[in-house]
Amino acid sequence: MTTHLNLTASTHELRAEGLAVGYGERHVLSGLDLEIEPGTVTSIVGANASGKSTLLRTLSRLLSPAGGQVLLDGRSVHSMPSKELARVLGLLPQSPVSPDGITVADLVGRGRHPHQRMFRAWSAADDAAVAHALDATATADLADRPVDELSGGQRQRVWIAMVLAQQTDLLLLDEPTTFLDVSHQIEVLDLLADLNRDRGTTIVMVLHDLNLAARYSDRLVALEGGRVYAAGPASAVLTEQCVQDVFGLRSRIIDDPVSGGPLVVPVGRHHVAAG
Amino acid sequence: MTLTATSTATRPSRRRPGTDAPRSPALPTRTAWRRRLAWLGAGLVVLVLLCAASVAIGSRTVDMPAIVEALGSLGEPVEGLDQAAVVKRIPRTVLALVVGAALGVAGAVMQGVTRNPLADPGILGINMGASLAVVVGMAWFGMFAAHHMIWMAILGAALTAVLVYAIASAGRSGASPLKLALAGAALTAVATSFITAVAMPRGDISANIRSWQIGGVGGAAWDAIGLVAPFLAVGMLLALASARSLNSLALGDDLAAGLGERVMLARGLAALSSVLLAGAATAVAGPIGFVGLVVPHACRLLAGPDHRWLLSYSAVAGAGLLLASDVLGRIIARPSEIDVGILTALIGAPFFIHIVRQRKVREL
Ligand SMILES: Nc1ncnc2c1ncn2[C@@H]1O[C@H](COP(=O)(O)OP(=O)(O)O)[C@@H](O)[C@H]1O
Ligand SMILES: [Mg+2]
Repeated sequence: MTTHLNLTASTHELRAEGLAVGYGERHVLSGLDLEIEPGTVTSIVGANASGKSTLLRTLSRLLSPAGGQVLLDGRSVHSMPSKELARVLGLLPQSPVSPDGITVADLVGRGRHPHQRMFRAWSAADDAAVAHALDATATADLADRPVDELSGGQRQRVWIAMVLAQQTDLLLLDEPTTFLDVSHQIEVLDLLADLNRDRGTTIVMVLHDLNLAARYSDRLVALEGGRVYAAGPASAVLTEQCVQDVFGLRSRIIDDPVSGGPLVVPVGRHHVAAG
Repeated sequence: MTLTATSTATRPSRRRPGTDAPRSPALPTRTAWRRRLAWLGAGLVVLVLLCAASVAIGSRTVDMPAIVEALGSLGEPVEGLDQAAVVKRIPRTVLALVVGAALGVAGAVMQGVTRNPLADPGILGINMGASLAVVVGMAWFGMFAAHHMIWMAILGAALTAVLVYAIASAGRSGASPLKLALAGAALTAVATSFITAVAMPRGDISANIRSWQIGGVGGAAWDAIGLVAPFLAVGMLLALASARSLNSLALGDDLAAGLGERVMLARGLAALSSVLLAGAATAVAGPIGFVGLVVPHACRLLAGPDHRWLLSYSAVAGAGLLLASDVLGRIIARPSEIDVGILTALIGAPFFIHIVRQRKVREL
């Protein structure tokens, strides 16, 4: 391993206090409090349009809150220099755009942006970070392939490699598994769990699959009505009442035979065995 | 997005980070870098040859010794028609170089800022906005002096850019490429009919306007070049300084911001650079179409999507295209000349259709 890589566990603490965020007249988040502990994996769950993306975008200061603040180690992120923040906190948005014809290596290299000065040449540290990101995501074999030609699962790994090359201690990912088949979903989540375990990266992600969220996270945050409905370990958050209130869905919670955690079994109007 | 079914076949084995996984092979970026540099060098060589051709070839045939003699006695009082012809070709060559480079870079920057592969100072209405301002200046305020035209052109270009962006941004999805192109087309139509309306009743100036509007570098003079040079220089520096920001913006606004880019500022500065370049180029040479559209597309095939390369390539190729068109215009209609704006359209249009047919034009 080269000395350029920061292998120490994250010590950065991210916190939101009384966040109120909206688009124009429309309020999406109101009075939201959240604390992300260093070195943990947190999943944000909630119904469609409940403001999960809005929350991530505010945490990474893409949006300015109308009220409240986002604090990184006690400093408001909205007053930090943008590149300094980008060296600590990385974001993989829901729908990133890959430029036409770009190769995997070039795309991953763009993750180095916050570490570069305007006229400073590409450095050995940049090379090492890109090589490491490609290795970690098992995309090194794809390095000179055009991104447009990859499958959905490969492409998602490449995007994750890009934010890895940014070498931030905190990683925010918006629906990193959406559009992937189930084996690729597991692959991506395993990769994130590796990162968290081996490098101590703090991970905050939006997931739709409650059961995978429960299995892969230290903490779940359930959003409802612009606030945190419940936050904590999956076993505490995922109750039948919570699923009812947050998703408007009846369900049974049983033990996950694989992980031992909670497993949500939805109850619809059909195919329900009597008794 | 279409997902292909190749993933299982090519899925590499899982490797854990931080373990002694095989290091990735030497990154392919090094060889790509050399290849891109070689192409840029080749482009510069072609450009030098084109410059030589532009000085040597004209509607008046001057033989080699006379050309050499004329070049040797630059700065001295001009003697004879041969020498006069050659001396006149030098500012013309320089003008074609700088205008071509400016239009090529302006187009590349606009395509980057709007993430619109069809963006170009022509399509977004910038050139026509600049033209309208110049024509209004001529017709209503008698502004025929070169420095007046430059300011009017840049003013018109800037106003049009702001207007196009404002119109396209209305509504929820923001300034999408399609809405930008539509807003540009609408403003172009308005500006074109306005120009006609303004110029039509003015028989006294319409010839003046018409010759300027077709676009050309034939009337090049050192003082006009000197006047636009500062604008072009500032625009060019700003564009090159924006190259890395454009690389980030190409990944989408959210990701760009996540990478530490100040999105609105970066986009504003890049847009300003292309307005300066397109406006100043239009002021001296009239609205010249297709250079800003075709050149970045052709360059992208060789330079790839990195704007640091793309902008340099576009400068060289834009200069080359305009110079070649100008030289061609002097040859094919001897003893008369064809304006460069007509030729770039003749060369550019089929080339552009070819590009659109060859490559999927995304995001439109
Ligand atoms: N750019 C925007 N402009 C206006 N409204 C928006 C915008 N983005 C999201 N919204 C609205 O904000 C609400 C929350 O959206 P979002 O945070 O994307 O939800 P989620 O990610 O939980 O599905 C939705 O009602 C959505 O329509
Ligand atoms: Mg979302």
